[in-house]
Amino acid sequence: MSNSRSAILARIRAANQNRPSDRQQAWALLPRNYCAQGTLNPTERLQLFDERLRHYNGTPFYSTGDVRTDIAKILSDRGRRTLIVPPGLPAEWLPDGFRFMRDENLSKQALDAADGVVTGCTLGIALTGTIVLESSPTQGRRAATLIPDYHLCILRKDDIVELVPEAIRCLEPVKDHPLTFCSGPSATVDIEMTRVRGVHGPRTLDVLLI
Amino acid sequence: MSIHIGNAESAPPFSTAAHTALQNQQLRQNVRNATNIIQAKRNNMAGELPDWEELRNAGHSIKTHTLQYLDQYLEEFEANVTRAGGHLHWAIDADEANEIIRRIIADRAGKEVIKVKTMTSNEIRLNAYLEQQEITPHETDLADLIVQLGNEEPSHIVVPALHINRTQIRDIFRKELPLAQLGIENLTDDPAQLAEAARLYLRHKFLTVGIGISGANFAVADTGAVVVVESEGNGRMCLTLPDVLITLVGIEKIVPTFRDLEVFLQTLPRSATGERMNPYNSIWTGVTPSDGPSEFHVILLDNGRTDVLANGEGREALACIRCGACLNACPVYHQTGGIAYGSVYQGPIGAIITPQLQSLEHSQTLPYASSLCGACYDVCPVKINIPEILIFLRGEIVRKQQSTLLGKLDPENMAMQAMALVFSSSGLMTTAEAFAKFAQNVFVHDGFIHRLPGMLSGWTNSRDLMPLPKKSFRDWWSHRKKDSAP
Ligand code: SF4
Repeated sequence: MSNSRSAILARIRAANQNRPSDRQQAWALLPRNYCAQGTLNPTERLQLFDERLRHYNGTPFYSTGDVRTDIAKILSDRGRRTLIVPPGLPAEWLPDGFRFMRDENLSKQALDAADGVVTGCTLGIALTGTIVLESSPTQGRRAATLIPDYHLCILRKDDIVELVPEAIRCLEPVKDHPLTFCSGPSATVDIEMTRVRGVHGPRTLDVLLI
Repeated sequence: MSIHIGNAESAPPFSTAAHTALQNQQLRQNVRNATNIIQAKRNNMAGELPDWEELRNAGHSIKTHTLQYLDQYLEEFEANVTRAGGHLHWAIDADEANEIIRRIIADRAGKEVIKVKTMTSNEIRLNAYLEQQEITPHETDLADLIVQLGNEEPSHIVVPALHINRTQIRDIFRKELPLAQLGIENLTDDPAQLAEAARLYLRHKFLTVGIGISGANFAVADTGAVVVVESEGNGRMCLTLPDVLITLVGIEKIVPTFRDLEVFLQTLPRSATGERMNPYNSIWTGVTPSDGPSEFHVILLDNGRTDVLANGEGREALACIRCGACLNACPVYHQTGGIAYGSVYQGPIGAIITPQLQSLEHSQTLPYASSLCGACYDVCPVKINIPEILIFLRGEIVRKQQSTLLGKLDPENMAMQAMALVFSSSGLMTTAEAFAKFAQNVFVHDGFIHRLPGMLSGWTNSRDLMPLPKKSFRDWWSHRKKDSAP
């Protein structure tokens, strides 16, 4: 094994004999003339996020100011009763009349049996209609937002950025947490390049903007 | 060393395989439909970004830079994976990678694995190897599942079942899936129903199989993170639900920093499936307590890549991010589909990477599977100059063949040598022209030469030839000088 390691590294070095010695400087000088900073104001940014999320079959909802009531309304309209919630999701967000199961290492089967999952969110990307989840107390582990067939995600409007580079730069501090970018519910284009919604991940994605 | 690129070493020459593919009207129609749709979507999505060219330039520079310092970035990646609780293995060739994977599975006494789409595993023929060891690999990507169940060959690096239409998929599912057991009656060819059948079939596997195998779109040196870009969620299932995860990564998949993802996460989805962003991207580093697998292995695979790196202009092929855009744009691929390339990497990128990975010992006809129109270069999100590499490889292959005695005595080579002599002497050229003008008369029909005899038939098999004009440029030039002389 270590033989292969040294053989591979030696071959790479042999193929790269005339390189400048300062790698970091070379990296810093790479051309990056693409847009890294958005130009929209917050209202336009929210509008764009709304449009792009819908484009891929996600549904945005707007908070009335009372998150608990908003959640109750969305869940009962969707007919979801039993829901997984990450250990750290604020208890004051959770309305009565539903069964919320804190995910303290629930089995895969228990996740599969639930009607859905309710989580927070790290940020949204307006240009692509993407939400980014990280492994954290309010967003839970990755399996919890994957196995249930329904996902209600709560996103602060202030956490929406316009462009992908802005998102990546915001994520720098948590870059070694597991991260999941979701753009609409799961889908496939494998049959004649036609986008079919809902294969293995949640088939319905709702985003509550607060 | 035993470098295998799928079964490319025993594949028929492209011209032979293409001939078979061209007879198959259904296949050609399926390929044409799918590539037209995907290309139109890609063009919209690339056209929508005002900074598309800058993103291509940045992608190209980042990849070129990474290849230049690949040893250092690999070592950095290794250190970060290990620090985060992962195990890192190095495999010099396909056999070694297969053996490492077998050992990990055997340690867990595993009998089944779930797999998320990885071209690299096709490259090392992992499924066939596992089956020999009585381990069952389950492909979970819809297209890969179709290919696996139908006993087909993948024909496209992004959409492996692109050559199969919905009715054919329905037939494969009816034959191979336990539909009654899944509670499905009267499966139709509606894509939504077909996807639902796959969902039901695979869900049980996801919840019960303890070992997952994935590839990687990117491996990030400065964090040790691995990135998988996908649509269906089968990737997330394989990456998070099993106890053990094995990720097979070609050494060229490295990017220097997390920051660099801001370029490729824009260009890859737009180029690959014509989406602003594909449904899911997973980024993870090592193991995370109580989130995902408790054991994580990364295998860094060479399998000929370091040879490509040493191959002058050809090394640029290692910058590829496997988006498939060059396949969709290629007029040759449009006609033949992917299977004719005889490789797990098809189309223009397949034509430059497959022979190079095999030190130009096999797949030597692939660099000729192109009209050099340049469409592949125009769409490539990392600006690989594919036409230039094709020409470079044609030269390399000829030089390689000429260097053997058999190659020197090859009729084509001898003809080329003779031509070179004629072209270098004005007297010989005039004599040869006069002879050819006279000799061609028997072959000209409707103003074209459709078929030449003997050795020359190789040229006219795939193209018509214009006959030599009555008066050549050289004739005209020498007379003109005389006529117009003062
Ligand atoms: S060569 Fe370029 S266009 Fe072709 S698959 Fe690779 S990255 Fe995409």
